[in-house]
Amino acid sequence: MLPFVVKRLLQTAPILLAVALLIFVLFSVIPGTFASSMSDDGHSVLDTQVMERMNHELGLDDPVQVRFAKYVGQLARLDLGTSFRSRQPVATVLAERMWPTLKLAFTAMVFAILLGVPLGFLAALKPGSLLDTASMVLAISGLSLPQFWLGLLLMYLFALSLGWLPSFGYGDGGFRNLVLPSVALGVAPMALLARTTRAAVLEIMNADFVRTARSKGMSEGRVVRWHLTRNALVIVLTTIGLQFGSVIGQAVVVEKLFSWPGLGSLLVDSVSLRDIPVVQGCILFIVLFFLLINMLVDVLCAVIDPRIKYS
Amino acid sequence: MTGDALLTVDRLRIDLAFGGTRYPAVKDVSFTIGAGETLGLVGESGCGKSITALALIGLLRRPLGIGGGRILFKGREIQNLPEAEMRKLRGNRISMIFQEPMTALNPLSPIGRQIAEMFVLHQGATWHEAERRAVDALASVRVPAPDRRVKDYPHQLSGGMRQRVMIAIALACDPDLLLADEPTTALDVTVQAEILELIRERSAAQGTAVLMISHDLGLIANMCARVGVMYAGRLVEQRAAEEVFRSPSHPYTSGLVASLPLLGARARDGQHRLKEIPGVVPAVTAFPAGCRFNPRCQARTEICVEVDPEETPLPHGGLVRCHHHG
Amino acid sequence: MKVRTNLLIGGTLFALVVAAGVLAPWLAHTDPIMDANLMNAELPPDHEFWFGTDGQGRDIYSRVLHGARISLTVGIVSQLINSVIGVCLGLSAGYWGGWWDDVVNGLTNLMLAVPSLVFALAIMAILSPGLTSLLIALGLTNWSYTCRLSRASTLSLKSLGYVQAAKMLGYGDVRIMATQILPNILGPIIVIGTLGMGGAVLAEASLSFLGLGIRPPSPSWGSMLSDARDQITTAPWISIFPGLAIFTTVLGLNLLGDGLRDILDPQSRARRA
Repeated sequence: MLPFVVKRLLQTAPILLAVALLIFVLFSVIPGTFASSMSDDGHSVLDTQVMERMNHELGLDDPVQVRFAKYVGQLARLDLGTSFRSRQPVATVLAERMWPTLKLAFTAMVFAILLGVPLGFLAALKPGSLLDTASMVLAISGLSLPQFWLGLLLMYLFALSLGWLPSFGYGDGGFRNLVLPSVALGVAPMALLARTTRAAVLEIMNADFVRTARSKGMSEGRVVRWHLTRNALVIVLTTIGLQFGSVIGQAVVVEKLFSWPGLGSLLVDSVSLRDIPVVQGCILFIVLFFLLINMLVDVLCAVIDPRIKYS
Repeated sequence: MTGDALLTVDRLRIDLAFGGTRYPAVKDVSFTIGAGETLGLVGESGCGKSITALALIGLLRRPLGIGGGRILFKGREIQNLPEAEMRKLRGNRISMIFQEPMTALNPLSPIGRQIAEMFVLHQGATWHEAERRAVDALASVRVPAPDRRVKDYPHQLSGGMRQRVMIAIALACDPDLLLADEPTTALDVTVQAEILELIRERSAAQGTAVLMISHDLGLIANMCARVGVMYAGRLVEQRAAEEVFRSPSHPYTSGLVASLPLLGARARDGQHRLKEIPGVVPAVTAFPAGCRFNPRCQARTEICVEVDPEETPLPHGGLVRCHHHG
Repeated sequence: MKVRTNLLIGGTLFALVVAAGVLAPWLAHTDPIMDANLMNAELPPDHEFWFGTDGQGRDIYSRVLHGARISLTVGIVSQLINSVIGVCLGLSAGYWGGWWDDVVNGLTNLMLAVPSLVFALAIMAILSPGLTSLLIALGLTNWSYTCRLSRASTLSLKSLGYVQAAKMLGYGDVRIMATQILPNILGPIIVIGTLGMGGAVLAEASLSFLGLGIRPPSPSWGSMLSDARDQITTAPWISIFPGLAIFTTVLGLNLLGDGLRDILDPQSRARRA
């Protein structure tokens, strides 16, 4: 197993470097290159304010490769620069905002997994039944709901009308404050997990090896427990890993709506204020988190599925 | 004959439900298998031989279902057995090997465990004991180093090895009847012979009757004393294997025999041009009236289009379903 | 059976939204931006203001209709950009292979590693807010699935007889890709495009809600919701109707995509959902 983990780590490193390059191009090369060529044109799509600031703060006069080398060197020392706004090191700002977001994202995923996976499973065991139809209608609706709107409705109903839960804010970081934003954030991945689980179970139910299992004289319950679950788990786990990406992306909107003091609202505020070093830091962190989660998922899948290690 | 037969299939009908109508995918199929006997069932793909086997083991799934007739196993009607009763027979007294060794085993489970399941399910063995017996089962199908191989996963084995594992599973509980559905079709020619020999040897050793299903008449003739020929959901001829070759009675059987490539005498005599049967097997939803073979039959007359022929005994034993058998 | 239901409902919903957008100038009761009248602020729905009025007294019904134009423009144009990028990269990478394939693969993995909404946000950080910037941000960040699919399908088609035959006839590479391969992979690409359009509509609404997309007073559904948050206790209808409009559009596109998938991409049921 260890060689596999090392292999996956080595595959992750270039992606992270590529993301760093992408961020560098996006925030240093593009504004730097086009600052002079386009700013005479009053209709420039690039924000002139950003470019002036970048020029001023980051010294965009050096050649590109020198700047990239400096940038990577800084990253390697975990030096993410200084926030334009608060003048604090970006790493310090991120460290503060990281936990609320992680808490929110994990709670939302737990909600999505606990509801979505059993729903998809039950739907697949009785295809065409009322439960199946109802849960799939629910799933496609969940996928089509704008999460901030759902959040708004939840806030209106459970906080403002019924008064059961706080309407927004982090509070003491306890469970009551966590409920509404997690549900708003978790409905879409729940819907997707329900659909994926159902499709996976249906596919496996028709697999040849399940027919073999039945021909052994196995009850349906044992077919599910002995042969179906592990096979479906690989697919479900992979989906969970990928869904973490959209959850952390959508957290941006949900955090803003619920005034949740996480990375998402930090990112939105920094984009609004053109606080580029913080924007860079947020994106790097989000990508790192996403890659780590998916690495973990791949390792779990390799434990379950012996074929993965060999391919 | 019915009295001591292991399995008697009596006018079995299998329906395909499609768009509110039930089409007889298999109709009036009757045959018997004696204890320890090997019966071959031959026909083109889509003729209903595989679903006949699935019906015997109670594994037909929607939209297919038994539409009539009786299946007697050791004198007991099993076509309407409750699922729980059927499960006690399935795998235990009647077992089945499938065509696709690449996909018929669970990819995430070690093969030893997949064999061991049989002892846990049918003989109340503990997992520990079952896993130990799986090693013996693997040895009995001549898999080398069985004590290490039990821990292997299916993807680590070749197609032939996987089919050996399937045979070990199917024969684990010493069943009375083995249904082998095209067990060698997906394998290399060199491996085919080994697998067939293994099935022959193990079934003989355990006294297991075999229903061997194949599209390959040559293979069937080699393995089985008696042969049933199926066409479009009907059993059109059943006789001793050598009779079928020497003097096929049904025009479809004649066509099958004529389409076989032959080595030896006939090939050297210059009669090596193979004959094909013109036309294709009709779809289940579009079986013709009268004899189902009539659109492709060269001996067709008016009666073939109008009247469905009954099974008629042949003078030297066997049955044929044709108005013009000869 | 199920196939037709999806197509029918999805198609109907989407057609309704398209009709609303196209006919907005004729169907709307008032000008969506100019007709503010504080005397009419926060009126609940009635026979004159079907969906009620917002904080500045504008008719929400008229604004929702005009919002369809923005949502559909962003959805269709940005998804088209994504599809074209994805197909061009995927097809050429699958067809030519070699170092170009490695480059495209690397780019795709990179795109998959950055959540697309976050990526779009990052692009919006250096562009001035507005429709063009939004189209750029959303059009450049969601092509990875199309690219992967085009590449995989091209790889499997490349070895087929008729593509090889076209090569021997001396057809140029670009011509083979355009006339021999593209038509055969179009079905699944249309399916991804339809679903992606729904995603783009959601992303536009999210960005506008955050104040980083379409700016008020333009009647974007997302920015309308952004205004509505503070008034949700006093005037919940301001929140309800734009949200329903987004939901209807995206649901229509998702159902349409599912329905099309069953027709255009039958093997996909064997693959993952």
